[in-house]
This record gives sequence, C-alpha cells and structure tokens, in this order.
Amino acid sequence: MSVDLSQFYEVFFEESFEGLDAMESELLDLQPGTPDSETINTIFRAAHSIKGGSGTFGFTSVSEFTHVVETLLDQIRDGQRLLTQNQIDLFLQSVDCLRDMLGALRNSEEPDTQVSGELKAAFEQILNGGEDSQQALTSATESEPQPEAPAGNAHWSISLKPGIDILKTGNEPIFMMQELAELGKTKLAIDVSKVPTLNAIEADNLYLNWQIELESGCDEAAINEIFDWIIDESDIQIQKVESAQSAGEGNDSFDVEAESVAASASTNEQTPESKQEPEKGEEPQAVEPPSGTDVKAAPAKKETPKASTESSSIRVSIDKVDSLINMVGELVITQAMLNQLTDGEFDRDKLSSIQEGMAQLAHNTRDLQESVMRIRMLPISFVFSRFPRLVRDTSKKLGKQIELVLKGESTELDKTVMEKISDPMVHLVRNSMDHGLETPQDRLAAGKDETGILTLNAYHQGGNVVVEIIDDGRGLNTDKIKQKALENGLIKDTDELTEQQINELIFEPGFSTADAVSDLSGRGVGMDVVRRNIQALNGSVELESRRGEGATFTIRLPLTLAILDGQLIRVGEHVYIIPLINIIESLQINPETVNNVGGEYDVLRLREEYVPIIRLHQVFNHESESKKLAEGLLVVVESDNGKVGIWVDELLGQQQVVIKSLEANYRKVDGISGATILGDGTVSLIIDIGGLVKLAGLRKAVRVNALANNQAAEAI
Amino acid sequence: MNIEELNARLVESSEEGDEHIGDLLQYLTFIMNGEEYGVDILSVQEIRGWEKCTSIPNSPDYVRGVLNLRGTIVPVIDLRVRFGLANAEYSAVTVVIVLKLKQDDKDKIMGLVVDAVSDVHAISESQINVSPDLGDNQNSEFITGLGQVGDKMLILLDLNNILD
Repeated sequence: MSVDLSQFYEVFFEESFEGLDAMESELLDLQPGTPDSETINTIFRAAHSIKGGSGTFGFTSVSEFTHVVETLLDQIRDGQRLLTQNQIDLFLQSVDCLRDMLGALRNSEEPDTQVSGELKAAFEQILNGGEDSQQALTSATESEPQPEAPAGNAHWSISLKPGIDILKTGNEPIFMMQELAELGKTKLAIDVSKVPTLNAIEADNLYLNWQIELESGCDEAAINEIFDWIIDESDIQIQKVESAQSAGEGNDSFDVEAESVAASASTNEQTPESKQEPEKGEEPQAVEPPSGTDVKAAPAKKETPKASTESSSIRVSIDKVDSLINMVGELVITQAMLNQLTDGEFDRDKLSSIQEGMAQLAHNTRDLQESVMRIRMLPISFVFSRFPRLVRDTSKKLGKQIELVLKGESTELDKTVMEKISDPMVHLVRNSMDHGLETPQDRLAAGKDETGILTLNAYHQGGNVVVEIIDDGRGLNTDKIKQKALENGLIKDTDELTEQQINELIFEPGFSTADAVSDLSGRGVGMDVVRRNIQALNGSVELESRRGEGATFTIRLPLTLAILDGQLIRVGEHVYIIPLINIIESLQINPETVNNVGGEYDVLRLREEYVPIIRLHQVFNHESESKKLAEGLLVVVESDNGKVGIWVDELLGQQQVVIKSLEANYRKVDGISGATILGDGTVSLIIDIGGLVKLAGLRKAVRVNALANNQAAEAI
Repeated sequence: MNIEELNARLVESSEEGDEHIGDLLQYLTFIMNGEEYGVDILSVQEIRGWEKCTSIPNSPDYVRGVLNLRGTIVPVIDLRVRFGLANAEYSAVTVVIVLKLKQDDKDKIMGLVVDAVSDVHAISESQINVSPDLGDNQNSEFITGLGQVGDKMLILLDLNNILD
C-alpha cells in the first residue's frame, strides 16, 4: 500500500491552525493554580492531534517540540503540578512558535528551530523540576507512586530488544515498564531507528528497542522475572553498574539523561519529576505508533475527500449548503416546468403560464445568487478572535490594565473583506491601547477605574458593516496634534480649525504624535495607511474623540467586495463604471465657474469649494465626443484627500455590478480596479478613483485644494 | 474550414491526445501575413470569431482589449501587431484563438487575433528543426522551431510570456 501523504497536507495544516487558535483562546482563559479540567483537556487534545499529525507526515521538528508541550500539559492535567503564570506564557509562546513552524512547512520551507529549541529547553527545565522546587515537591508527595528508594541502591542498565512479534504473543512492553517502575526509579530511552517508513509498517509488529536505567535495591532475578515471558524471543542484557559515572559511559546517545539519573542517585535526593517524566512522555510515543495513532491517522483523513490543493479554502456551515441545495432543487423544478410548457405545440393559452414561470425563474435566480453570496460570509469573530491575545500581550508590555469587550461577534462579513480589514484594525487597537488608554495611576488620578476598557463592536447598518473601536481613555490630544501639524506645515497659524478638523489630521501621511518611537507605534506605518487600506475596500474610517473620556474609531465597510452599485458613464465610445459610493454629485458645468491653475489643471468653483477637473478621455487616451467643458458632465467624487470632478460625455444608468478580476488573466491596470459584464455581455471596466487621481498627476493639487477648502470654509 | 468544424476537431484531437504513440506532437496552425504558424494544440481552449472587445486604457497597442468568455475576463492580443507584421483588416475570417498559457507560473487565458485558422497537424519531433539564428529579432524568443509538413513550412510558437 502506497499513499501519497502530501495530498492530506492541506487538511492537516488547516486543522492544526484551527487547533492552535483553540489552544490560544483557551489558554487566555486559564488562571494559575488548578485549572478547569475541560479547558486543559481541550488544549491537550489540540496539542496531541498536532503532534500525531506532524508525526504522520514526518514533520519531526514539530512533533518533537509538541511532545514536550504535551508532556507538561499532561502533568498539569493529571494534577501532578500546579499551573503557573510562567507556564501559561510559555504555552502561549509555543502556540506562536508552532504557528510559525507550520506556516513555514506549509510554504515548503524548513521551519526555524531556534525559537522552538529555546522553548523546548525551557519546557525541559520545568519538566526536570527546575522551575520551582517547592512546587515539584508538593506534587511529588501527591503523586509519587514509588516507594522511597533507600540509600545505597544498585544501578542497573538494561538493554531490551524485544522480538518483532512479541505483541502477537500477547505481551505488552508497557506493563513490563510499569513493573520495572515498581522496583525503583527508572529512566527510559527508546531507540526508534528500526521503525520502518509508514508504508512498510505492520501494525502488530513491534519495532522499538529500549535502554533502561533502573535504580533499585532489587536483585537481578527480580528483573529477569519481569521479562520472563519474552526472554526467548528477545535480546535482553542486564548489567549492574557500580558507580554513577560508568552508567553514563555505557551508551553515548543517552549520556545526558544517564548523567541526570546518576546525579540524583549520588546525591540521593528526591527528584521525582526527572524519572516520572520519561516514562509518562516516552511511553505513549513508544507504544502508540505500531498500534494506533500514526497508522490510523492517514485513513482517517481520507474521509475528507480530495483535499483541495489550493492554499485558500473556506469552511461553510452546513445549513448554508442545505439552503443552496434546496434552491437548486427549486430551480430545476422551475426549469422542468418551463420545459414542459415550451415543449411541443405552442399556443397562445400557454403564454401567461410561461410568463409566470419566467417570474418564478427570476425569483429562484435571485435567491440562489443571495445564497451563493452568503457562502462567502463569515462571522467577524474570525477577526475579533485575534485581539484577546494582542490586548493581553500589549497591555503587559505597556504596564496598563485593559479589559477587552467584544460585541456583535456574529456579524457576518465577506471573507475577502475580512482578510483585508484585520491589519488596519490591529493598528487601530494598538493605537488605542498605546495612546488612548492611560496607565493605572493616571486613571486613578483622573477619577476613573484602574482598568481601561477597550470595546470592539460590529453591526450591520444598511448595506454596510460598521466596526467600532471604542476606548475610555484620555481621548486625542488636540493641542499636540495642532502643534505637530503646524511644525509639518500642514496647517497655518492663521487657520481656525474645529477640534474635530484638527483631530482628523492624524490621518494625514507622515503624522505621528508619539513622543518616542516605541515598540508599538512610530514605526512609520501611520493612520494614513490605515485610512488608505480601508478606502481601498470602498470603506471609510471616522473618529470621534471625547476629551478625557475616550475615543471611538468607526470603520464602515461594504458587506462584500464582489458586488457594487455602479454608475455607468460614457466617454466617446467607451463605457466605464464609477462606484456609486464615491460619487457625491453630478452636474453640468458653467464655464464661468472654471479657472485654470498655472496652465496645468482646471478647477471648478463648486459652491464654497475648489474641485480639480480630470478629463477622463485625456487620462485614458480616448477620443471624447464633447469638445467644450459645458458639453459634457462632471461627476464629483470623493478621493483620498478631497473632491475631484471627472469630466465625461454622458451618464448612463445605475446598476449593481458583479466585480471580476482583470488581473487573473491580464495584469493590474492603473486607474482601473476591476471589470464587470454588462447586460449585453460586453465587458466594462470599473474606475478606481484613487488610482485615477494618481494617474492624472493631481494628487498634490487635490491636497492643496483640500487645505484651501478648509480655509475657505473657515472664512465664511 | 469553419469555426464549428475546427472546434470539433479540437475536441477530437485532445481526446486522441493520450493515444498518440512516440514523438508525434499536434499543432493548431493559423495564417498570419501569408505564413503558417503553429501552437501546441493542448494549450488551445477554443476558437472564436472576432468580435469587438472593450479596450483597456493606456495598454500596449497589441492588446486589443478584454472579452467576456463565459464570465471570465480575457485579454485579446493582436499577434500581428505583437510580431510587428503588417496590420491586416479585420474580416469575416478573422478569428480569435483562445489559449491557456503559463505566465509567472500561473495559468492565464488569453485570446490571439490571427488572420485565419488553417489546420491541425501532427508533426513528429524529427520533423522539427531548430530555427536559424535570427539575430536580434524580437520574435525569436517565441519561435521554438520550424516544422515540415509535406512541402509546407510551419513556424512553431511557444507563446508563454507573450504579455511581457
């Protein structure tokens, strides 16, 4: 039997990442002490299946690392040791580390073992009782199953090479190890070098050899008795080791472990962890591969038929799929009905029935479209779930007490939007924690509760999703922002701006009010990037600051990126689509209100604003029909930094359009965000306003105008 | 030969594809400027009549625009312009060959405008000659060899990266 395991990789990675997410969220809930068994079980299970899976696929670096994590978890689960804050932190770091390692493997890269090595060492130190001797001792008295080893124990070195088919004769090495453990302290090492590749494994063969260090007052006969049943088929060597040192010399590969046993023997100290450990940890690994986990793992995964080889996939709740199937069923019925009506002789009486059928077909199609769209909708908790960890780590770093409140987690959002919104959100959340929320001292001084509250709230409003990031910190420091803006020359002394207008300046490029570059902010990625990213999603971001009471950032996003409301426009013989959300108004131009600035561009005075005009046909190199400004129409749109007018020949209809990628088969085109197919089957391109403004070389001009407009508004 | 007939033969030859023994390669040939060119038939998706497509602003002159191919947006390239040949008028026999090509390790679908589609030829590898050194000719990178069918010469093309 030969199975190409690589076809299951993607499923393994997906399940593992899911497991890591689960581990992380459960770990965040853990309190030091004796944890809730259900919680710790969930964490253990996740770690265990990652270990099993990575072992199956030969990702040894992952399985070895997960093994120590699992071992410690197992001990905590069994109540052998108390959970400490230090351990929780270590577990969380392991989750990060595993994520990195699996991510690297997914990209067919070698995982970086430096971090995992360090963490592994830390785990081993804990496991060997190095963390807290007091605690180790308490747990020892509780769970130590062995009699206290009297002074002057003999040291036995046992080499056990069982016959390959002893399992078939009903012998089970695990029982022998247990019996050995009853004799005294044991230290096990397993030689797995004889284990064949997965394909060649026979489940009921035993391929393992053991090297056992036993410290006990018993005699050789007692040891021999344990192996009585398998002594004929197996190669067993029992040696009495006089000094602790020589035990170490006996075999090179187990040097370190042997020495630690030796050390404990010579000082005759109770170090229960060091010997319990290997037994607990190694044994499941030793016994399971032939009998279960690994061999079973592969067939079990087969149940997921033909795992997709693409890196992106989507998990859909079964009820969404059910409703789709229902709808397709109805569609088929309607189609059959229409078929029947149009079959054979046609007479006028059938006309109304056909019309009815067509109406039903239209209804079915619309329902089906909606359902298909819903498949891409996922609850926003996918994004929210990363924040508890972020807030926990960041608040620690900042020395602040922050409580995170999540609301509206079940609000659904298109997957493509979801993927792109998380980075801007992380930035805003960090910003709130760093600049908004105060230290506990400052909060007490301000008469607030020591713990700051950060709220993430999501809800639907019209065709939009609104995500709010609310903190109850000090609000924006308007004076500082103003000062900074003056230094940067963004505003002039003479400008009289409202507080809100000043606060909005933080969205300008290169603007940071952080006093010092810290770990969290001042890295050059500013609010302008946040705003640009959100605008790239056809969304918007607003801020509201209440001095001393906190600040609220409101992100507004379209539900989906796949469909937009568009305004069809015509330039010459070309039809383009402008997203309706960008359009403020459309008007006919009165030439008297147009001035030419420096021979470069025309500016329209629109009420109290100056709006630069982009001649679409010039930017796109097309022929236009209208020759004079007054003959065409101006579509005024909101761009990054202000309004621009797009001069076109004619406005056509408005309609919902399904966005298609132009890049899939061609490439990115400046000024174009995608394409769509119109009712007559022709392709029409969708204009990307930001890109168009850039293409027209108007960016600077627009900003100057935006500032001029601010002044103009103030002057009134 | 009309388009339906050609498409039928396309299907036929791709079904036969597996049965071919030895080194026989199948090429779809088309005419440009009187010369006969061939592309690997396995990369050909379908053949369509020429229809007006939507032009892309500021694109190179050989990109005619984009076309709706059953919901997929597909760019259309005028191969004559791309190769710097004389510009022919678009007529009733002007066809678009839809090809699936590799670009940057991704499959991309695009249409090629050619004067007319000619035939499907099976050529054995021994009948393919390396094309003579054409110096700095910008098109030489797309020419993989010259094939011989009877007394006809075919210019065999590999059009991956044609958009670059």
